[in-house]
Amino acid sequence: MSPFAEPGKTFGQRLQAALADAIIAGYIAFALFCLLLGVRTVDKVTGLTLAPRPGLLAIAVGIVVFGRLLLNLLVWQAEYPITTPFARLFTSERFERRDLIVLGTAAFVSALLLIVGGIIHWAAFQLIGACVLGFLAVGVVRRVIVYFFPNLPYARIFTIGGIAFAVLFPICSYLLEKAFHLGLPLRYLFDLSILVLTYVMLGWGLNIVVGLAGLLDLGYVAFYAVGAYVFALLATHFGLGFWMCLPIAGLAAALWGVILGFPVLRLRGDYLAIVTLAFGEIVRIILLNWTPVTNGPNGISDIPKPTFFGLPFSPVAGSMTFSSFFGLKYEPIQGIIFLYYVILGLALITNLVTIRLRRLPIGRAWEAMREDEIACRSLGINTTITKLTAFATGALFGGLAGSFFATRQGFISPESFTFIESAIILAIVVLGGMGSQLGVAIAAIVMVGGFEALRHTEGLQSIFGEGFDPALYRMLLFGIAMVGIMVWRPRGIVGSRSPTIVLDEARPIPKALVEEGRA
Amino acid sequence: MAYFLQQLINGIALGSIYGLIAIGYTMVYGIIGMINFAHGDIFMVGAFIALIAFLALMSLGLTFIPLALILVLIIAMVLTAVWGWTVERIAYRPLRESFRLAPLITAIGMSIVLQNFIQVSQGARVKPLQPVVTGSYELFEQNGFEVNLSNIQILVVVTTFILMTVFWLIITRTALGRSQRACEQDRLMASLSGVNVDRTISLTFVLGAALAAVAGLLYLLYYGVIDFYIGFVAGIKAFTAAVFGGIGSLPGAMLGGLIIGLIETFWSAYAPSGPEYKDVAAFSMLAIVLIFFPTGLLGRPEVEKV
Repeated sequence: MSPFAEPGKTFGQRLQAALADAIIAGYIAFALFCLLLGVRTVDKVTGLTLAPRPGLLAIAVGIVVFGRLLLNLLVWQAEYPITTPFARLFTSERFERRDLIVLGTAAFVSALLLIVGGIIHWAAFQLIGACVLGFLAVGVVRRVIVYFFPNLPYARIFTIGGIAFAVLFPICSYLLEKAFHLGLPLRYLFDLSILVLTYVMLGWGLNIVVGLAGLLDLGYVAFYAVGAYVFALLATHFGLGFWMCLPIAGLAAALWGVILGFPVLRLRGDYLAIVTLAFGEIVRIILLNWTPVTNGPNGISDIPKPTFFGLPFSPVAGSMTFSSFFGLKYEPIQGIIFLYYVILGLALITNLVTIRLRRLPIGRAWEAMREDEIACRSLGINTTITKLTAFATGALFGGLAGSFFATRQGFISPESFTFIESAIILAIVVLGGMGSQLGVAIAAIVMVGGFEALRHTEGLQSIFGEGFDPALYRMLLFGIAMVGIMVWRPRGIVGSRSPTIVLDEARPIPKALVEEGRA
Repeated sequence: MAYFLQQLINGIALGSIYGLIAIGYTMVYGIIGMINFAHGDIFMVGAFIALIAFLALMSLGLTFIPLALILVLIIAMVLTAVWGWTVERIAYRPLRESFRLAPLITAIGMSIVLQNFIQVSQGARVKPLQPVVTGSYELFEQNGFEVNLSNIQILVVVTTFILMTVFWLIITRTALGRSQRACEQDRLMASLSGVNVDRTISLTFVLGAALAAVAGLLYLLYYGVIDFYIGFVAGIKAFTAAVFGGIGSLPGAMLGGLIIGLIETFWSAYAPSGPEYKDVAAFSMLAIVLIFFPTGLLGRPEVEKV
């Protein structure tokens, strides 16, 4: 809310106030960016030198000034904020006439941008137009469906549809490719899906700790690392297979969670966060420097792939393989599809366990503790045990995901387990809405899959210049999104998670229960 | 003995820098009760602003080093203070009445934003600066081992103690300090008594960021090399210092900074494979301090209010 959003002002007064505000914002932006964006340090043989970038600085300040001016005039100060009709698309309120005018104009302008951009080959126009049109289309389709079928269980349909798609997608695309030779980049698609599913699983695992129990764990990647290293060490030193090591790695991570958790769980929320961060870094530094065991920065390689009930996928001399057993022709893609199903299964188990646990007393204790720890203690819940179980459960799934990561990569090193990784997982949980399973999955797909896909999008170079790499901006956008979500939608993008249990009516307590002392 | 003395000198210089950053944590924690997770990155931004300002002054032909350093100090303090103000305005003020974890999450988000903004705008490679303040005094020699006190170490310690004194006076003697202490005790009551709470909190961030900029400049001069990641580790260590000294206490932050600096230096010097594990030592200190002495050396025990 802008400080001068007062009703009853004339347009002139509004414009004046908005202009003054925008100019002040411009000065501040100039102070912020003048040295950091306006000048770039360049390495030369003689030492660091400076290269001025006045254009970039002008663009940045201009965006701030005009953005702020438009926001002031159209949203913050306006009696009818321009965002209202767009927000209304995603509710079930009735449209007013002016809503329809605004939406229609938006659709028309973005279509125009799309067409003009296509004619003059300006990809930026096309991108903006396509994004706005896509947004509008999603909203309109949603309104139409909700109008005709107001009472369908949408969350459930979405979940079941999503799971069905995830299960059928690799087989169907593989068979389609076999039958019609469409030239689908199967290998790339499956690798990307495996990556996304790994993050979905990690997000769901961390969701137990952050979303359900309300403990901010900034060192989640430590459990991921423990799982990966336990599996890698067992496999390379003792020759144990993936399926044998998976439970061991999970339990080791859970045990590690208990060991780390026990001393720190008496701490308050923010202290807990920073101690978990410190533990995460300690684990990484130990992995980096304990060379005799972990092989230090060189990492561990030649980690075996999982087998299908003892049948390996890659051809081994003199032994039965998956393809020879089923009389198929050997193709490397079979192993990748199998990996996909392994991680899908692990992720779904994580989800299932979380959903079931939420209905058990322990899950309710987690949610109660998240809402108010003191009240929770006053009601006789042992918060130490409650926190420990949340920590250990989260760590267990982190460890399982870790061993999957190790077997998929075939190589691990401490490089993969930095704080950035923890931050990405936390960002996924926060963006998805803490506690919302569906939201976390969508956030993982958008943030991880979306960015990987962007990396391979051709048109971006022509908009942002040669050598543009969206991956560089990924963490920047993650950070901005984390702040934005907390400020505008603290319950996450999807986030309208209803409480697991609601007392909807006042019921008289049966006499029998009172006598038993249960009520 | 000579080796010990040399490490002591190094530790005090390092600890002064940690102390300067720690003051930012401690002041913000004292007034709104949150860990400003992005403060370490404000320090890093301050170091970058100082580096660029210094290079810019050099290229403009200002070669008289003391004047250049004073100008750089002022530029860095002012511009970093604007960063501190902006971070508070964007990320923390809207969330003051939000749920418990919200400001902490935005703080982490802000920290990621600052790091990656610098990485994108200035590049990921380390930025070296040729030694600016050179020369040293030989204190004494023992068995062929010289104990040196360099000019930059003197500069670091003297600057720190001057600024500490100035800030101590601001907090204890001025109207701003009085409103800060009022907000610390009871924000609602303070606003009822005519204290502009929003402004006081903003100014706290501004002061903390200005001190972080000084720390950034001193770090740059002391080590001669910075990158976008220095704020992360330095921030955690300074936070440890703030807690160790007693969070909310200004002299405590300085004392904690010195102790953490000394522990880190002596650990590197004496422990087996010390340099590799010096961050582990600092992080373990953090855990130990938080678990066993959460009130710190000079802090008051905190009463949990319902």
